[in-house]
Amino acid sequence: MRLTGARILMECLRAEGVEVFFGYPGGVVLPLYNTLGEYPDIKHVLVRHEQAAAHAADGYARVAGRTGVCLATSGPGATNLVTGITTAYMDSVPMVVLTGNVARDLIGRDGFQEADITGITLPITKHNYLLMRASEIAPAVKEAFHIASTGRKGPVLVDIPKDVFIEEAEWDGYPQGVSLRGYPIMDVPREEEVSKAAETINAAKKPIIIAGHGVVQSEAQDELVKFAELSDTPVLTTLLGISGMPEDHELSYGFLGMHGHFYANMAADRADVVIGIGMRFDDRAMGRFSDFNPTAKIVHIDIDPAEIGKNFITHAPVNGDVKETLTRLLPQLELNRHPEWRAEIDQIMTQHPTDYVEEGTVLSGPWLVQALAEATQGDSTIVTGVGQHQMWAAQYYPYTKQRQWVTSGGLGTMGYEVPAAMGAQFAQQEPIWSICGDGGFQMTSQELQTVADHNLPVRFAIFNNGFLGMVRQWQELFYEHNYHSVDLGQPDFVKLAEAYGVRGVRATTRAEAMQLFRDLEGYDGPVVIDFQLEREENVWPMVPAGAALSETIESAEDL
Amino acid sequence: MASRNTIVAHVEDRPGVLARVASLFRRRGFNIESLTVGHCEEPGLSRMTIVVDGDDHQVDQVCRQLFKLIDVVSVQDITYTPMVDRELALIKVSASNFNRREVLDVVEVFRADVVDVDAEALIIQVLGDEGKVDAAVKMFEQFGILEMVRTGRVAMRRGTETTKPPAISDSQQAAAAIRAMLGRRPEGVLPFASD
Repeated sequence: MRLTGARILMECLRAEGVEVFFGYPGGVVLPLYNTLGEYPDIKHVLVRHEQAAAHAADGYARVAGRTGVCLATSGPGATNLVTGITTAYMDSVPMVVLTGNVARDLIGRDGFQEADITGITLPITKHNYLLMRASEIAPAVKEAFHIASTGRKGPVLVDIPKDVFIEEAEWDGYPQGVSLRGYPIMDVPREEEVSKAAETINAAKKPIIIAGHGVVQSEAQDELVKFAELSDTPVLTTLLGISGMPEDHELSYGFLGMHGHFYANMAADRADVVIGIGMRFDDRAMGRFSDFNPTAKIVHIDIDPAEIGKNFITHAPVNGDVKETLTRLLPQLELNRHPEWRAEIDQIMTQHPTDYVEEGTVLSGPWLVQALAEATQGDSTIVTGVGQHQMWAAQYYPYTKQRQWVTSGGLGTMGYEVPAAMGAQFAQQEPIWSICGDGGFQMTSQELQTVADHNLPVRFAIFNNGFLGMVRQWQELFYEHNYHSVDLGQPDFVKLAEAYGVRGVRATTRAEAMQLFRDLEGYDGPVVIDFQLEREENVWPMVPAGAALSETIESAEDL
Repeated sequence: MASRNTIVAHVEDRPGVLARVASLFRRRGFNIESLTVGHCEEPGLSRMTIVVDGDDHQVDQVCRQLFKLIDVVSVQDITYTPMVDRELALIKVSASNFNRREVLDVVEVFRADVVDVDAEALIIQVLGDEGKVDAAVKMFEQFGILEMVRTGRVAMRRGTETTKPPAISDSQQAAAAIRAMLGRRPEGVLPFASD
């Protein structure tokens, strides 16, 4: 059967089981949009800016555990995706990005709305394609989904010139497999590496696990818990590893890093064996590399061989998928107990608790996250932007279910919270809470229209302190209080929401906030909540930039 | 300890592969001394010989990052394996009736070839490892080098061992073969397993 390139592409998406994708039309993708009506089972969500299409696909992918798909036209459409692609790349999120390009004979001749998007995205995609024939579409899309969703996951871009959408090619069904010689699946670890890791862990006196995004992506929470229980190893997570370990478990000790829990940072610093699982020893998590626990032996389990040994000398490297590796590691672990080590960390925890107890009526970030946790029984999917609100959301919400936590960790993309929550809402029925900064919200608030179009029950909780809070905190602490360009003017968020036909509400006190949580129960449409916070609150604890984890401070007096 | 390291990579013979490799080197801040690329014994693949500066850690990262490129089929660091490496240089040396004989004496010593003669210049082709080419260049400098081009290193392992990518269809075996190749030591032990 002969089909146009546009239809072949849609047949491929159908064969991949794509339920929803996020896009924005333009000149060169018109042949594709012309066929969308014939594929009603594949929902196209019209965003209001291409950046949002990429973030929405990313948010969808993180919550659904499936590959997210987005689409943009050539030139500015494609370049607008770049921030979203990089965000997904840094956090290893599976995504297939489709772009149109100018007709083949115009490529390289600076045609109208031409951008070399394959060239531009070389360093921010796992792989990319520029297809010059309609017959290449099916194999390339098959490969793109395969590459995006296997190994260390990531975004793959497929660029299709306008006339390739129109050109016909033979369609005899979606390809069954791929033939990628340079891309073997490396999920199963080598036995000798697993044994050495097991030996190291069995001999440990003060072991600690640092669980990363790989645990969530591999959906290995059960295996991780068994590992921790059997070897009596306290578990920390990285920022992106949050939700990989149920935080109500007695072996859960929070997350580590620049604004991690104090006891988590101390535990990582004092352990004799550090077991990194599906994480990459990032500088924000580990503090100053040269002074991170120099005597610890490091066991590192990761799917990406290039991560092993990148930042630290590894005593026992294991290259493999987290779930595959833990499954093989578990039978080799000895039942172990470390009462003294546990007591040591518990004591630090008692002396430096995270629970926020300060009384008052003013809305503070930590209090608000705790109140939200109570109102939602700790059960909600939380999406955040980047900054103070993100850190409070990471510190104070008790995550227990995998994929309950969605944040831009690696790239730290402000404005992620609005479109990512919107995309994520297509993956689940239960309302998603998007914890927004008042700065980030203003970067992507145009998507309220998309949210309204689809009547998505997202709760946009703006942690509004009228400041670019994290930058203000740094100016206060490290730049002699010299505030510059952080005092953000803002629209009336309630009116803004209402202008989009979205319910808008405001809370200025704790009592109002509590009342609001009750009012919203059962409301099945979108809401924007302007939580007016104390203006100059800081996030604690903190590892100052360039300091070691052992130098974590808990207030400005410690500086 | 920084030194010159020789990496052999087999890549899919497709448009844009060189750009991917170059982009990776730029992005990760790796220093390429030379990169040569050409056909090899297997149709559809190109073979790159890459010379990079860096210590063991950096070179290991180069190999691992290179292998992450989908179009890179195999990567092997052959710095520590017995190998033959060659480079070719074309050197245009100023030579007239007064000194041509002297120039030709040097050509003979280096077993180089004269590939073009003119009343005022010679083009000399020097073939050898980097050290030999360096020495020849230094000797010809006294006569005046008008122009020079060097190809960069090509290298091959000695004996029956090859750097050819594993021809394995089974994914598990392919993974094992690739992991073995990625190690800096021949037995494939990961280099950062400190003892």
